[in-house]
Amino acid sequence: MGANSQKKVLVCCGTGCLANNSLEIYNGLKSKVSAASVAVSVEPIIKATGCNGFCEKGPIVKIMPDDISYYKVKPADVDEIFEKSIMADEVIDRLLYVDVATGKKVQSQNDNDFYKKQMKLALRNIGEIDPADIDDYIERLGYQALNKVLFAMTPAEVISEVAESGLRGRGGAGFPTGRKWKQCAGYDSFPKYVVCNGDEGDPGAFMDRSIMEGDPNSIIEGMLIAGYAIQSEMGYIYIRDEYSLAIKNLAIAIAKAKERGFLGQNILGSGFNFDIQIVRGGGAFVCGESTALMASIEGNVGEPRAKYVRSVEKGLWGQPTILNNVETWANIPLIINNGSEWFRGIGTKGSTGTKVFSLVGKVKNTGLVEVPMGIPLRELIFGIGGGVIGNKKFKAVQSGGPSGGCIPESLLDLNVDFDTLAEAGSMMGSGGMIIMDERTCMVDVARYYVNFLAEESCGKCVPCREGLKRMLEILNDICNGKGQLGDIESLEEICSMTSEAALCGLGKSAPNPVVSTLKYFRDEYIAHIVDKKCPAGICKELTSFYIDQELCIGCGKCKRNCPAMAIEGEAKAFHTLDMQKCIKCGNCIDTCKFNAVKVGEEAI
Amino acid sequence: MAMEKTSIDFSSTHKVIQKYPQEKRYTLAILQDIQREYNYIPREALLILAKYLNTPLSKLYSMATFYKALSLTPKGDNIIKVCDGTACHIRSSMIIIDEIEKSLHIKPGETSADGRFSLETVNCLGSCAIAPVIVVNETYYGKVTAARIREILGEYGGN
Repeated sequence: MGANSQKKVLVCCGTGCLANNSLEIYNGLKSKVSAASVAVSVEPIIKATGCNGFCEKGPIVKIMPDDISYYKVKPADVDEIFEKSIMADEVIDRLLYVDVATGKKVQSQNDNDFYKKQMKLALRNIGEIDPADIDDYIERLGYQALNKVLFAMTPAEVISEVAESGLRGRGGAGFPTGRKWKQCAGYDSFPKYVVCNGDEGDPGAFMDRSIMEGDPNSIIEGMLIAGYAIQSEMGYIYIRDEYSLAIKNLAIAIAKAKERGFLGQNILGSGFNFDIQIVRGGGAFVCGESTALMASIEGNVGEPRAKYVRSVEKGLWGQPTILNNVETWANIPLIINNGSEWFRGIGTKGSTGTKVFSLVGKVKNTGLVEVPMGIPLRELIFGIGGGVIGNKKFKAVQSGGPSGGCIPESLLDLNVDFDTLAEAGSMMGSGGMIIMDERTCMVDVARYYVNFLAEESCGKCVPCREGLKRMLEILNDICNGKGQLGDIESLEEICSMTSEAALCGLGKSAPNPVVSTLKYFRDEYIAHIVDKKCPAGICKELTSFYIDQELCIGCGKCKRNCPAMAIEGEAKAFHTLDMQKCIKCGNCIDTCKFNAVKVGEEAI
Repeated sequence: MAMEKTSIDFSSTHKVIQKYPQEKRYTLAILQDIQREYNYIPREALLILAKYLNTPLSKLYSMATFYKALSLTPKGDNIIKVCDGTACHIRSSMIIIDEIEKSLHIKPGETSADGRFSLETVNCLGSCAIAPVIVVNETYYGKVTAARIREILGEYGGN
């Protein structure tokens, strides 16, 4: 590779990398290049891309065509990268990824374990293109599917292709997308609407944000195809308030698509008209529920309604509407381009294609991963995720956001798809996978979700509004050491009532975190209620720590990290912890490399 | 400064509102623009908007109290957002909230008496790789520990 071939430098500017100064790196490289432009025959291109997924190791800088990926790049590395890897063809060893198993440095992203086992469909362009440059998208076969449906397919053919692909909604419930479109196409009432649900509210899930930020045109193209299929001329993208970069990038993409004639009147000369507007959410979790979202677009309070009549018949402004999730939309152009048979060949029989998961929590490789449906949970968490931080003991994985459940270690060989997760008492949800270790208290986790949902409940129906409040009171008591015998039974009763009687999906699924932790981690509840102890050392009222004299080597790390100055001891002699001063933050237990800090009381 | 109610110039309210057609569906968008303009939603602005959209004031009030992005009380000069998404929570975001409470004597949702700080919790900023995360105004701080809180607040004149 000589200095004459054009180099392309891709700087990840997803939210995770931005928080680690990637914009400074991007600007630094840009100014270096423009200052040196006279000296080189072919000017390198510097591009800001969307999220590469491997946020744990960000900021990420990729250099093509040499295929070098640098991780944890700092603004101070800019000069060296420019001189060695951009102006010359040298690889800077210290910025490469180190393979955990072999300890070897890895140059190409494709040889990196985190990426090697993935299959990128919905995320196909992210990290490879500049989301603000529509030509980047077009270069990677963008808008070919639109072209194909407009000039070579009838609306009915489009719907049957999507139906035959087996694609199920990526927003959580997994409703077959093709069936939804077919139902909507069957109603003879116009106008019809196409809606993209970008109100990604599940904590710990950020795949939709990543697609909206990193590949906005794939969503626009998906919606255009649906618009053609059901004869709709108007689409809305509802984006979560917190996602400013997603709003910005989608607005740019819509404007450029209009300029190029992909959106607007008489698209590509076909006679088909379609326009898209962005609606910014107001920071209410319940608006991720389809009917609440539509109420919010209409300019109302985002309260859901009972679904005696489905939105495909009477949705937005009482007209037939199809609403799909961001990731679902991003899959549509691929299905049209490659055919339903190709898509069906990926994943499992009941859940075709891939799914994007966000691996977060106590996992080594935090980030976004896309894998074929049916991958064993163990492979996802330990193979790609690299296992638990600090090699602590794995306890559970929580999937499906606040509506999902916790899956214990005994079920790690589960093959992940819509149906198996539901059978295990959890759900796919939007694909958040929160990994929990021995230092996670499962009662606190249940309380966390119930608290979240109690705050986000819109208050319209009694079972959800009151049921969640009462559950929260009981869980607060248990965590504060005031739990009583009978609390577990009360919780179970309220759970079954709420899931039976609540109006919308939020309330119906709200008990899941409690039900699943009670099912798999009942002993932790009992430890809180009967023994008045929190085995994980999280619930402050029920926790005490001590330092094991046999194991402490006196390195002083805990002492230095203690914000309350509660630890004393000379160097190289065992340390002691003063529980009077201790604020129970757990810094000591989390930083000790010798497992010398223990939860509980010292046996005397 | 938006904090002093007496000095608010409401001619800018009209400017904000008139960017939108007189249609109900723009209510949320207009309210958000008002929030950005004043850092909260003043009652006077709601009255002006009610007239413009020909909507009862109660309807606007229900919107303003329903959506978390909108606030009826003025916010502090510096807004501290502590992420309490699941990933941050299990990496001890509650300890961070405790420390800020101790330091500034305000709870989530409150503004300090001198008007310098507001404390909020948010549900996941999608920056789970650097959990626990706090955001002060627009600056992200990742892998925050209880010990670092005072240092971070110090940058904004907190103690």
